[in-house]
Amino acid sequence: MTGHLRVDWTACDGRGLCAELLPELLDRDPWGYPVPRRPGPIDVPDHLVRHAEKAAALCPLLALRLGRPVRR
Amino acid sequence: MTASTHTDTLLGDRTPGFAAHLARSGPVPWRGGPGRLVADLETAGLTGRGGAGFPAWRKAATALNGRDPVVVANGAEGEPLSHKDATLLRDNPHTVLDGLQLVAEAVDATQAYLYGRVSEAVLAERRHHDRVPVTIVAAPVRFVAGEESAVIAAIEGRRNPLPRFRTQPAPVSGVDGRPTVVHNVETLAHVAMIARHGPSWFRRTGTPDEPGTFLATVSGSVAAPGVYEVPMGIPLDELLAMAGGTGDAVLVGGFHGVWAPADPIPVSRAGLAPYGGSPGAGVVHALPANRCPLGFAAEVIRYLAAQTAGQCGPCLNGLPAIATTMAALAAGQAEARRLEWLTGLVTGRGACHHPDGTARFVRSTLTVYAAEVQAHQHGHCTKERA
Repeated sequence: MTGHLRVDWTACDGRGLCAELLPELLDRDPWGYPVPRRPGPIDVPDHLVRHAEKAAALCPLLALRLGRPVRR
Repeated sequence: MTASTHTDTLLGDRTPGFAAHLARSGPVPWRGGPGRLVADLETAGLTGRGGAGFPAWRKAATALNGRDPVVVANGAEGEPLSHKDATLLRDNPHTVLDGLQLVAEAVDATQAYLYGRVSEAVLAERRHHDRVPVTIVAAPVRFVAGEESAVIAAIEGRRNPLPRFRTQPAPVSGVDGRPTVVHNVETLAHVAMIARHGPSWFRRTGTPDEPGTFLATVSGSVAAPGVYEVPMGIPLDELLAMAGGTGDAVLVGGFHGVWAPADPIPVSRAGLAPYGGSPGAGVVHALPANRCPLGFAAEVIRYLAAQTAGQCGPCLNGLPAIATTMAALAAGQAEARRLEWLTGLVTGRGACHHPDGTARFVRSTLTVYAAEVQAHQHGHCTKERA
């Protein structure tokens, strides 16, 4: 199942672990906060779902959430 | 604006007392059970007048599925150029409160709130007519105070109510996890009018896709600034002329809005879409012809940067950087490319739409005033002469 990543911006303080664990999808902005490599919603393809789960679980501030893809 | 009968205009005849309201409009037109109002609102095609333009009936329809809903009248009006909510609450508060009672009835709510500035005396004089008790919650003076999740935080009693990260829409889970219908106060006044006069009466004006009227707050280089009730889709130049306005560019939708020329552009979502904007909360501000638009934009963005709630990194860091760059651009000391990059960096990256709205205003300024940006880079301004 594909997923969708969301950042709780009120919790994130830019420690950057997620961008290290998921470099395929996330980069860091000039202030260190995660920024998607491609603009728009962060859809997670099948082969990266396990990595995304790990990134979400390891965020020290629990600011990264993996959910179902956003319907648009 | 001249009103004749006063029962079919949002601001009434500006006699705000309950006795005058009862004589003018009659008692609350109860619909006799949950859900009856929802169909009327859908037929009427009423959309939210607080800025987002969401179909009003959907919120109630969603909240109906949950348990123990809460309804909220949002009169926070954090936008400095907007005065329509304050004007409505001052001149015709009971039409707003009728609408709040009707939505409470529609979703079978047991609690209602009014978030904004209204005196307890207004509630006291209608207490025996209301079915659901209304509690007034004061709104802090802050640009993002009216953002839905900040409203919910305030009602929950948080000392410093700020926008929050949400995983579910408010009509599913809002105040203390209960389904919560938050409507702008003007939207609620329309609800009461639709209940009294019917959906087809509401659709008598406006456009087929965006029916009804809205309250516009017109300011800037106009002879008669103020709040005007006008049909959705009114040509922008006509609206400006009503207030005795001049100028060639108009800011529509407030500090999160866009620039549009003072032409016959319909003030509606469809009409303003080519400019990347919408009527928002009805703010129309005419820039004086001798005012530097880049200097004005720099001031607006400095204000917006100061209004960040300070919770979300991209907004907390990005908006001050945008403000500094816009000021430098106005002084001919920065390039538009850097601003474009910064606005791209903040878009979609916050718990609320404050960064997105700010980015929208910056992009519109760079697009509409591209020639002005060029002139500033060559050391002069075409509008302001030393």
